[in-house]
Amino acid sequence: MRKLLAVLLTAGTLFSVSAQSNETAVIENVNNGGVASLRGITELDITRKADELKRVIKDRSPIDRDYVYQPPLIPHQTRHYEVSLNANKCLSCHSWKYAGEMGATKISVTHYQSREGEVLSDVSPRRYFCLQCHVTQADASPLIDNDFKRVDSLR
Amino acid sequence: MKLTRRAFVKANAAISAAAIAGVTLPASATNLIAVSDETKIKWDKAPCRFCGTGCSVLVGTQGGKVVATQGDPEAPVNKGLNCVKGYFLSKIMYGKDRLTTPLLRMKDGKFAKDGEFAPISWDQAFDIMAEKWKTSLKANGPTSVGMFGSGQWTVMEGYAAVKLMKAGFRSNNIDPNARHCMASAVGGFMRTFGIDEPMGCYDDFEESDAFVLWGSNMAEMHPILWTRITDRRLSNPHVRVNVLSTYKHRSFELADTGVIFNPQSDLAMANFIANYIIQNDAVNWDFVNKHTHFKRTATDIGYGLRDEHPMQAKAKNPNSGKMTAMTFEEYKASVAEYTVEKASEISGVSVEKLIILAKQYADPNIKVMSLWTMGMNQHTRGVWMNSLVYNIHLLVGKISQPGNGPFSLTGQPSACGTAREVGTFSHRLPADMVVANPKHRAIAEKIWKLPEGTIPPKPGLHAVAQNRALKDGTLNAYWTMCNNNMQAAPNMMEEGLPGYRNPANFIVCSDPYPTVTAQASDLILPTAMWVEKEGAYGNAERRTQAWYQQVKPIEGAKSDLWQLMEFAKRFKIEEVWGEDLLAKMPEHRGKTMYDVLYKNGNVDAFPISEAQELNDDAHDQGYYVQKGLFEEYATFGRGHGHDLAPYDMYHKVRGLRWPVVNGVETKWRFAEGSDPYVGKGKGFEFYGKPDGKANIIFAPYEAPPEVPNEEYDMWLCTGRVLEHWHSGSMTARVPELYRAMPDALCYIHPDDAKKRNVRRGDEVIIESLRGEVRCRVETRGRNRPPVGLVFVPWFDARVLINKVCLDATDPLSKQTDYKKCAIKITKA
Repeated sequence: MRKLLAVLLTAGTLFSVSAQSNETAVIENVNNGGVASLRGITELDITRKADELKRVIKDRSPIDRDYVYQPPLIPHQTRHYEVSLNANKCLSCHSWKYAGEMGATKISVTHYQSREGEVLSDVSPRRYFCLQCHVTQADASPLIDNDFKRVDSLR
Repeated sequence: MKLTRRAFVKANAAISAAAIAGVTLPASATNLIAVSDETKIKWDKAPCRFCGTGCSVLVGTQGGKVVATQGDPEAPVNKGLNCVKGYFLSKIMYGKDRLTTPLLRMKDGKFAKDGEFAPISWDQAFDIMAEKWKTSLKANGPTSVGMFGSGQWTVMEGYAAVKLMKAGFRSNNIDPNARHCMASAVGGFMRTFGIDEPMGCYDDFEESDAFVLWGSNMAEMHPILWTRITDRRLSNPHVRVNVLSTYKHRSFELADTGVIFNPQSDLAMANFIANYIIQNDAVNWDFVNKHTHFKRTATDIGYGLRDEHPMQAKAKNPNSGKMTAMTFEEYKASVAEYTVEKASEISGVSVEKLIILAKQYADPNIKVMSLWTMGMNQHTRGVWMNSLVYNIHLLVGKISQPGNGPFSLTGQPSACGTAREVGTFSHRLPADMVVANPKHRAIAEKIWKLPEGTIPPKPGLHAVAQNRALKDGTLNAYWTMCNNNMQAAPNMMEEGLPGYRNPANFIVCSDPYPTVTAQASDLILPTAMWVEKEGAYGNAERRTQAWYQQVKPIEGAKSDLWQLMEFAKRFKIEEVWGEDLLAKMPEHRGKTMYDVLYKNGNVDAFPISEAQELNDDAHDQGYYVQKGLFEEYATFGRGHGHDLAPYDMYHKVRGLRWPVVNGVETKWRFAEGSDPYVGKGKGFEFYGKPDGKANIIFAPYEAPPEVPNEEYDMWLCTGRVLEHWHSGSMTARVPELYRAMPDALCYIHPDDAKKRNVRRGDEVIIESLRGEVRCRVETRGRNRPPVGLVFVPWFDARVLINKVCLDATDPLSKQTDYKKCAIKITKA
């Protein structure tokens, strides 16, 4: 229980700094009973002030992975990068052809396999939309810490 | 440990030197693979915890914890791929604030509605719950107790819950959160085909020539299915992708034809396409004559609002689903008014684009797959709209064939398996049966070995009605399990929160994490999740997939199944059944509800020796409880078009698509040669209907309930995002997913932003007649709405957008329309 309370308190302090405005509707008995959710301890009938817009981190070196099949995170901004029927901006740096020259991480060899496991001479079309698996990262602390632990060999 | 390049070279130099000298360095000083036992990870399969796609993942465990996950290369659904959420499944159980003890609101050591949450034992938790349920049953009868469940429950959990509510407490007030996502799809299937769920399957993706998305952002919400469409489109240049939506989103990146239409106008577009097919002599007469009927549906049916709501009171035929027969000539005349010009005027879509769409359906040489999710289901005319798309496919006979067919995608991992097939809806029973039908009730009572008359005939409260009844004080003892409905349900300030906080009510919330719903409840129960228990899910293509428990739950947490069964032990059958029922089966006198419902010779039929060693639910009850529940449930559908394989089979395969007859799954239902239920020589047989014929059901365009006016001058559309699952209770606790999509933003057209004097990143107040939220504006993000509409996702507990949404539903399916209401936006 001590652990739980500690977590509630930490989460609570995270949010208590934000200013709050009152909402018009009046509902009796609204009281979160001291339990914090992802919105912290701001009562449910309160209109919470919006958090600051986060900046996407840019031009960092690759971010460590926690397990072998974790898709690498994108350590840079991707604004205005077109990925469509016409073009794929990501591949213009990360494909095997350009990665060396551009100093970019090469896309994984797994991306050269068809659905049936056949090795292709180019990136598999099913891997075309990079952002389905690879995502940018905002410069922000997690809302709630995560206790996931890597295997020893990756620690 | 981080090594600089210099340190790495030095370390390797030491190793080489040591090797030459014949010295063995300690393992930590080498960069070689250490002892094989230490690097060993135990891998086992499980379906992904998130969406209705039903990808299979391999879960790696070590030392009782999940240490890795990866896409399952053997799974036909995803062949080794996952989306970003799926790749981070390994972390969803390890948010630091996992609940580890029941928490009750207390003052002076006793329950108090206005008390602070304090830890209590499981025993105490069931004590207070049982007390509240018994008081409620005594004072106000079975209709005063209720449960809100989930399309994320395992099949067994949903099945156990249905029995508990409908046969135990004798209350039909059980509904799943799938009401919010799939009810209109169910309505469409039942009215057109008489049997629920898609006729086709995912194999269609590799066969189709044209894809039409009618209100679905598959690129974000069904990413792995989108990889299959992408593969098909990019590998085959003749293939065409058509994306229809009320705003531009990521799926448009692959679109050959992108169509932005005015909210609600899909009704007119679908009728136009039917009209085009008839006008251009493209009707498949052989198919239509053999396999269809023409019907028209009652119109002006209201908007599923409270009866006294002015918009509801205006309706001529409120909630009427009445259908009357019509001839083809009458049908032809009905759709004739939907000319391309009229459809273009209503929808705002160009004549050229409408004709491009219609031609693909009309051309007999193009195999078309229509796909949809919430854009069509969360719609005040969702049931109509589902059938209008079926009309098109039936008119040209493009159905139940590889690559050709309408495909209703599912939102949740077991919306099909648990909510629809098990029948956890307030009006349903397993295998498409309903409580209102005496024959269906009799079948259920027989399988459950219960006296005739146990199941009440009147449908219970559906999702939105439950919130209304809580507010009105007519539903008093309420258990919400495996969902976050305070955040998910519409009109939170007027209809959600008041009911939970009503002093007349006692609200229990079971969840792994403290959610917004937990904050509004009175008792919070810490719940085991995903691979902390054994279970089965059913995905959108009728594929049932099972998994074994792979780790012990977090200390203190217990599965939904355990909670349901233990609660049942707290009631003597005399406390929930009347004397009339007991007299019919006096042998049950003195037994607990648990004994009657679950120790019935079916559910407890399989010994503990058949279960895995790591199966807490089975060991807690002393028998293989998941297998018993599954097998009893499966008897409902076997021989009736819903056949499931023996339970053990599902642990050996990557799922099977029902009906599974003689061990063989069914890919295309209703088609001879593929579906064993279709008679010889029939070609096609829609056997859900008594005469084997499907209905082509005419329904007109009708306006939405709330449209922007001078003050509330914009449309609001809500929905999901790629990186978060539903309300974010799991995914927002994964740091990488949180950082990928940290805040719910208001996606708005730059002109609309300018008009309100706001710029990207500015804070705005979004307000409707019902409530308000504050969030920041995004003018150049992944969603690009047209002028007059904004998109705000609902994953963010800090931006409870459902305070703003209207609780209008489809009057037939009772599914909420989250895609359109009127709002105004001002700079904060």
